[in-house]
Amino acid sequence: MTDLLTPVMSSDWDSDASWKLSRYEEVGGYRAMRKALDMQAGDVMSLVKESGLRGRGGAGFPTGLKWSLVPQDNPNPKYLVVNADESEPGTCKDMPLLMASPHTLVEGIIISSYAIGANTAFIYIRGEVLHIVRRLQQAVEEARAAGYLGANVLGTGFDLNIIVHAGAGAYICGEETALLDSLEGRRGQPRLRPPFPAVAGLYASPTVINNVESIASVPSILDNGIAWFQSMGTEKSKGMTLYSLSGHVKRAGQFEAPLGVTLRQLLELAGGVRNGHQLKFFTPGGSSTPILTGDHLDVPLDYEGMAAAGTMLGTKALQVFDETTSVVRTTLRWVEFYKHESCGKCTPCREGTWWLVQLLMRFEAGTAEPGDVDKLLDICENIGGRSFCALADGAVAAVVSAVKYFREEFEQGYTTPAWELFPYGKSALFATEGDPR
Amino acid sequence: MSGHFESHFPDSGHVDYSDQSSSIDATTIAELKELAGRYPQSRSALLPMLHLVQSVDGRVSPRGIEVCADILGISTAQVSGVATFYTMYKRRPAGTHHVGVCTTALCAVMGGDILLERAKAKLGIDEGQTTPCGRVSLERLECNAACDYAPVVMVNWEFFDNMSPETTDELLDALMNDDEVASPRGATLTSWRAAERVLAGFPDGRADEGPSAGHASLLGLSIARENNWGAPDPDNLPAPAETQEAK
Repeated sequence: MTDLLTPVMSSDWDSDASWKLSRYEEVGGYRAMRKALDMQAGDVMSLVKESGLRGRGGAGFPTGLKWSLVPQDNPNPKYLVVNADESEPGTCKDMPLLMASPHTLVEGIIISSYAIGANTAFIYIRGEVLHIVRRLQQAVEEARAAGYLGANVLGTGFDLNIIVHAGAGAYICGEETALLDSLEGRRGQPRLRPPFPAVAGLYASPTVINNVESIASVPSILDNGIAWFQSMGTEKSKGMTLYSLSGHVKRAGQFEAPLGVTLRQLLELAGGVRNGHQLKFFTPGGSSTPILTGDHLDVPLDYEGMAAAGTMLGTKALQVFDETTSVVRTTLRWVEFYKHESCGKCTPCREGTWWLVQLLMRFEAGTAEPGDVDKLLDICENIGGRSFCALADGAVAAVVSAVKYFREEFEQGYTTPAWELFPYGKSALFATEGDPR
Repeated sequence: MSGHFESHFPDSGHVDYSDQSSSIDATTIAELKELAGRYPQSRSALLPMLHLVQSVDGRVSPRGIEVCADILGISTAQVSGVATFYTMYKRRPAGTHHVGVCTTALCAVMGGDILLERAKAKLGIDEGQTTPCGRVSLERLECNAACDYAPVVMVNWEFFDNMSPETTDELLDALMNDDEVASPRGATLTSWRAAERVLAGFPDGRADEGPSAGHASLLGLSIARENNWGAPDPDNLPAPAETQEAK
């Protein structure tokens, strides 16, 4: 059996100046890069494919398979784009990784670019995280000065340039095709597929888009081998991953563990739900993944376990809410987020999220009318699956799952405001006078 | 109802052409061109270029839009179409320090709503406004990827973690007094404009300030160390665990 926690990417976050190249190399950094550059590019790709690494940004698509979809005979340049636009509510794993160990990503980019034959890679990072942008900019410069980037990397004949690109505050740019439009200097709006980015992505050229954590997992796989990676995790969900615990827990934070750990195990490590309170509901992987309840504490937090429970592993962002929390209020806030972030391209999403907010505000104020719960679900049915990208599906997931587990609470919204049922001050971490609405 | 259409995004959809002032000079234009030259196709530089425009003019200025369009060989409509899509681009000058309070679900529930009301009352301004002295502007934020430090406040896009009404008051006082303030997970605050310059792609040499990680980021690692837990030794792998099906 492996240990309950298995820090790999996070194993050196507590050392002084862990973000510096010198420190990263002291603990074995860039060893995997040398190993990879000594191999045939195709062999590096095969190795990552065989490892079973799956995307850590939400969808869980096999990383190596994604790489292999790039047509190597396409005459256009190939690009690697790292999605560091971490904006899914609840998700907070990539930012600490990049702050403490940006070289893990840079090394992963070098290996991954070599595997797919890319000579230019982009890190698309959300703009609202200044210090992390600084650390990334510096890491790329350090790697360039060390000869790990630029022309003829370490004399291998492989050229690679990395561009750190800060976004400007649009959740939708975490959607891979909207990200590409944004990176081309346009409004971030999703593209119709096919063609898929692997064939026609950035500048209509073959492009691989991977999450930060997916690429940051690659150096350790190269360094320690497939058997090592597969010794962690479950049958179809291999390896270690970052779980983020937040909300009404005694101690919130990051936990790097083998896939398949349960919330009960993580909660125990975190000291449980805050004193005197009990779990009411949680998201397994951000607000776009249907919520779960205390009945799901022992479901393995892996791709299959979450799918079987009717939700998704998502970004492994475990947001825990206790019994003081109004599920109506929380759902409204999430849907307000989706309404604001809807790019406006598809009518069901643009108009539907607007109407959902109108209705949910009535539930919150206790002025909904009998039948409005069904109206809510009916609107959801007309939004989900009817837009280019998954943003609308995420908004719908929050609503439908909340109604599924807490229908009575919505029905109470026919008569009673949420803030009377669940005085909002009680959910806050600090005592407050008056009504915080 | 009066029957007239009312936008629910009163701050979006247009650039403020009533204010034509600009400090963009030859140096700025050279830097904008440098950004355009960093990409395989120059238009990719538009987002960074608009960050740079903001660092100089304190907002997306009409002059900034013209200059970007000129350098990239696209229309001003194409540039303003992009500038009005992204929330980080401001149509009116932000304050010296730009404060954001997260009120997406988790932060809101844990106290973000209270903090935002507190900040509004203390500064005497509403969301989207700047204090008359120009020192602080205030914004309602969406999830800023620091949920394990909720409730979260950002200043010039630097993290201020685990905020309370008291620490929010202290922070705002310090900003209004122009005291030196350091982010607990970042650098000493400079200004919103200086931050925009870094985001555009011109480093300010402050990457080495601040810690490797905050306490919450290190929670799992410290528990692993206490228990002597870690990833398997690649030279001595454990026997495969029983799968769920095998039980």
